[in-house]
Amino acid sequence: MKVARAHPLWLAYILHRLSGLGLALFLPLHFWVLSYALNDAAKLDAFLTLTEMPLVKAAEFGLVFLLAVHLFGGLRLLALEWLPWSAPQKTWAAAAVAGSFLVSTTFLMQAI
Amino acid sequence: MPEQDHLTVTVQRGGPDAPLQPQTFQVPAYDNQTVLDVVSWIQQNSDPTLTYRFACRVGMCGSCAMMVNGVPRWTCRTHVGKVSKGGAIEVGPLRNLPVIKDLAADMDPFFDKWVAAEGMHHPTRTRHDAIEAIDPVASDRQEANAGIECINCSVCYSACDTVAGNPDYLGPAALQRAWTLFNDAKDADRDTILDAVSGKGGCHSCHSMGSCTTYCPNELDPLSAILGLKRATAKRFFGGRK
Repeated sequence: MKVARAHPLWLAYILHRLSGLGLALFLPLHFWVLSYALNDAAKLDAFLTLTEMPLVKAAEFGLVFLLAVHLFGGLRLLALEWLPWSAPQKTWAAAAVAGSFLVSTTFLMQAI
Repeated sequence: MPEQDHLTVTVQRGGPDAPLQPQTFQVPAYDNQTVLDVVSWIQQNSDPTLTYRFACRVGMCGSCAMMVNGVPRWTCRTHVGKVSKGGAIEVGPLRNLPVIKDLAADMDPFFDKWVAAEGMHHPTRTRHDAIEAIDPVASDRQEANAGIECINCSVCYSACDTVAGNPDYLGPAALQRAWTLFNDAKDADRDTILDAVSGKGGCHSCHSMGSCTTYCPNELDPLSAILGLKRATAKRFFGGRK
């Protein structure tokens, strides 16, 4: 029998896990490319021209998405585990964080 | 009137002495019918060898929990109309426990872990002393009250993916029991409770997936109880008190 799991807390858990796994796979590649800055600057520059490719730009978006998801997933866990808040308090806190991000991101988009 | 005359019910059969295999039955559909009614109908009218477990039929005893369409549920309080998909239901024994036969799961590991988590009373007084007065509005009493209506149905244990992946994990029900005792003014041995729940397979094994709280039929919150134990053990580790 297929087990039904798709409730919000479980989805938050799996998103945190998969984003962490994705970042862990990315990090060795990241450091390997960075090492060219020390050993072979020309090779680094040649490699960085790849970032002009649309596919790499999309991958960068994916990377930022993974970072953001993992960061907020971690903050969620810290709040969940260390703050003995009631459910309505958590809802208000999440709403306050979401609201402040909306305002600050809108400000940033206006500025650039 | 029901939308159709019959339900198609697929029951997981078998156990240690017989191969595990699904068997499908056609069961008359009624307006008001629980999943336990459906299973009982099969046993009484279609196949008397079907093995399952129930006792009170009113959501108090915690005996009749089964997997229904992939979700652990108390079957005596689960209306067929709320879970059937196009007139079909799939019923199986609780997950994460050994199967005795058909729909009857072996509850021994579940209750063994209840004991392993020190889910037992450690008295502050003897029977010769006066009964201790308890303040019903004290914050620790409120914390304990939130978890004491557990009926030991093992739905949370069956819902938990951490239990599935880690056989040593004590599970949500046992840890919630430990948390209620930890907050009980009448419990004399809180350090023993924290020792029991902070070792291998204790509260720190929980990944906060929340399936226990999502599926608890009594709407209890074992996840918050486990998080309380995590905080209490961490505070003790860093030298603070509760």
